[in-house]
Amino acid sequence: MTTRTAPTEIAGGAAPAEGAWQHQHVLDLDDFSRDEIEVVLNLADRMREVLDRRIARVPALRGQTVINLFYEPSTRTRASFELAGKVLGADVLSLTASASSVTKGESLIDTVRTLRAMRADVIVMRHSSSGAPYLAAEHMGGGSVVNAGDGTHAHPTQALLDLYTMRKHFGDLRGKRVVMVGDISHSRVARSDMWGLSKMGAEVVVCGPPTLLPRGLRVADRPAHAEAALPRVTVETDVARAIEGAHVVMALRLQGERQQGGLLPSLHEYAAHYQVTAARLAHAHPEHLLMHPGPKNEGIEIAGDVASGGHSIIEEQVTNGVAVRMALLYLLCGGAERTAEALAGGTR
Amino acid sequence: MSTLAIHNARVIDPALGRDGIADIVIVDGRIARVGPNEGDAVLDADRIDATGLVVAPGFVDLHTHLREPGFEYKETIATGTLAAARGGFTTVCAMPNTSPALDSRAAVESVLREAEASATVRVLPVGSITRGRQGKELAPAGELAGAGVVALSDDGDAVADPSLMRHALEYSTRFGLPVAQHCEDPALVRDGHMHEGWVATRLGLRGRPASAEETLVARDIALAELAGAHLHIQHVSTAGSVALIRAARERGAHVTAEVTPHHLTLTHEEVAFGATGAHDRIAYNTNAKVNPPLREQTDVDACVAALRDGVIDAIGTDHAPHAAGDKDIEFDLAAAGLSMIETAFGLCMSLVHAGHLTLPTLIERLTAGPVRAWGLDQRPGLDGIGTLAPGALGDLVILDPDAEWVVDPAEFASMGKNTPLTGRTLKGRVVATVYGGKVVHALEGLGV
Repeated sequence: MTTRTAPTEIAGGAAPAEGAWQHQHVLDLDDFSRDEIEVVLNLADRMREVLDRRIARVPALRGQTVINLFYEPSTRTRASFELAGKVLGADVLSLTASASSVTKGESLIDTVRTLRAMRADVIVMRHSSSGAPYLAAEHMGGGSVVNAGDGTHAHPTQALLDLYTMRKHFGDLRGKRVVMVGDISHSRVARSDMWGLSKMGAEVVVCGPPTLLPRGLRVADRPAHAEAALPRVTVETDVARAIEGAHVVMALRLQGERQQGGLLPSLHEYAAHYQVTAARLAHAHPEHLLMHPGPKNEGIEIAGDVASGGHSIIEEQVTNGVAVRMALLYLLCGGAERTAEALAGGTR
Repeated sequence: MSTLAIHNARVIDPALGRDGIADIVIVDGRIARVGPNEGDAVLDADRIDATGLVVAPGFVDLHTHLREPGFEYKETIATGTLAAARGGFTTVCAMPNTSPALDSRAAVESVLREAEASATVRVLPVGSITRGRQGKELAPAGELAGAGVVALSDDGDAVADPSLMRHALEYSTRFGLPVAQHCEDPALVRDGHMHEGWVATRLGLRGRPASAEETLVARDIALAELAGAHLHIQHVSTAGSVALIRAARERGAHVTAEVTPHHLTLTHEEVAFGATGAHDRIAYNTNAKVNPPLREQTDVDACVAALRDGVIDAIGTDHAPHAAGDKDIEFDLAAAGLSMIETAFGLCMSLVHAGHLTLPTLIERLTAGPVRAWGLDQRPGLDGIGTLAPGALGDLVILDPDAEWVVDPAEFASMGKNTPLTGRTLKGRVVATVYGGKVVHALEGLGV
């Protein structure tokens, strides 16, 4: 693995020691240290400032090629990465690959090697198969792979933007009670958030119907030697108990197909027992935040009035997503070797 | 007249309860004499000095995928049986999930013909339970028995329809064939790709629960008792299955069982964490993807205990070679199965070195155990299979229980390089294999 350092002058005052950034790829947050997460979040602050300029464009990544390789449809994540790359002056190419290329005989490894041979510096990858970005990373030569969501496994950039957004409001996440409500089994967002939040010292609670909770999340359900092999979380099936005193409540998207799969009696029944509503949020911390990774089904996992209410920071998540992805691309493209002036340049 | 004399070996023949230093003389493909210094009296023989080594009957594998016909890019009868010889196996039971499936006399005979022409060791075909392995109609068991199959199985898939399975069991009794079932209920495994547990949760992979195996084991035992038939449970992998089989045998049901080397030694952690066992980083190792999946340590322990107690009769390798293109892809798209036959003995020896099994017990489960489970020695031409009694088939293996070697799939005779053991050191090695009195495998340096 290539070692890269974050320039402290970009990362800002309270930055962790130089050298904290150790990643060639961003596949999940399970192998991030708290310091590495801090490096990304601190840099995202500077990126957010660049993004908010009237002409948001700096040449920091000029000459770098970022390829969005999406095997699954996506609007927001893809647009977010595309903007992040363009703001930093990278050449960004978005490819929509279909799983049918598999049947045509082009394997994932072939595709990645081909793009690398074209001198792609970063491949941002979304794939319906859990672990696909890990396979890509093995064949990326000196380049980088960013996981933009793989199957039901991980979505680390979403988790980083969630952490960034929470940190902006709370400063420090230690001891904050963060509750994720919904389809935990199929949520890659929840999985990555669990890692990120637990590393940042938050108290993590996941809540959903028993059919949508994966096995082994409770420490008691794992052998002793595997205690630290999953993030430490509290598992609840009763949403009222879960939300009690929460600083952050995050509603997760519920796919309609869970009903056909026999996992839920009906969407109506789900909403009755798990929808994040004003009445349920009344028992959260008075200063609580409401989040949702999007796209949301109002009236199912989240009530419409709550989604657009005063505690909701859902839109802010989206803006922060661009800043966090800018920070990641910058770090992966060897931000260390570049000067701070590159970032400072451009037009205000 | 050809004569082979093996001198001064520790001869372990569980069928006869023999364990002691002896010479073995094979004349014209049959065991002639076994006893101390018996080889000295033989003039004009090929000789092997096996001082410090163990000689046992040739291993018998109830569960081998040779892939031919239909999947010759994965393995052939020639390469698969050469791999078997290197693994110490002189008899392999070839699974019928070929293309076409072994559901007719013509298909079975084509395998036997090809084996006659190119196999290094004995191939005993297994016929399919249902036509085309489709789980819809019974395959012609009588025709298959006539063609020489030694059992019936739809391996790879279970016969899901309980009524059809009942009839398969009933019908099999007329022809004396064991019905071997891959016990995993497809409705419960759905599109699961590894054991359902905390590792699958960590990897975000859909799981195949232990209960998918156990519900079918329980169902099929009940059906076998109803039918008065011989049910064989393939690749037992869970503690719950072991308990069900144990209880059935205590009731006197005709239920036999096998377990694989990997289910005796590896857990679901292999998929994500490999040999290091460190939990800080994950991998998606398709070479540890297998059905039934690698389970938890409690399951492994239960399988080992059942093998030791004889509740599980045999070790079956489930040797399942695949081409690189079947494995070097996304985990959920990758083929399931391990190339196991060349590492089976070395891997199982870890149980002996750890004190969980004695060497004679391990050898029993690789020789007399599988023979007894399927009654192979009752079949024409197979009397004396799995033992070194005078007059028996001249099939034997020479073992070094303490030799250490590093697994390198590039050195496999099998075309399937799909092993999770790459780079691992195994202690216990097959030094040579003799089939029908001929040396079909020998490591360099043995002087044969």
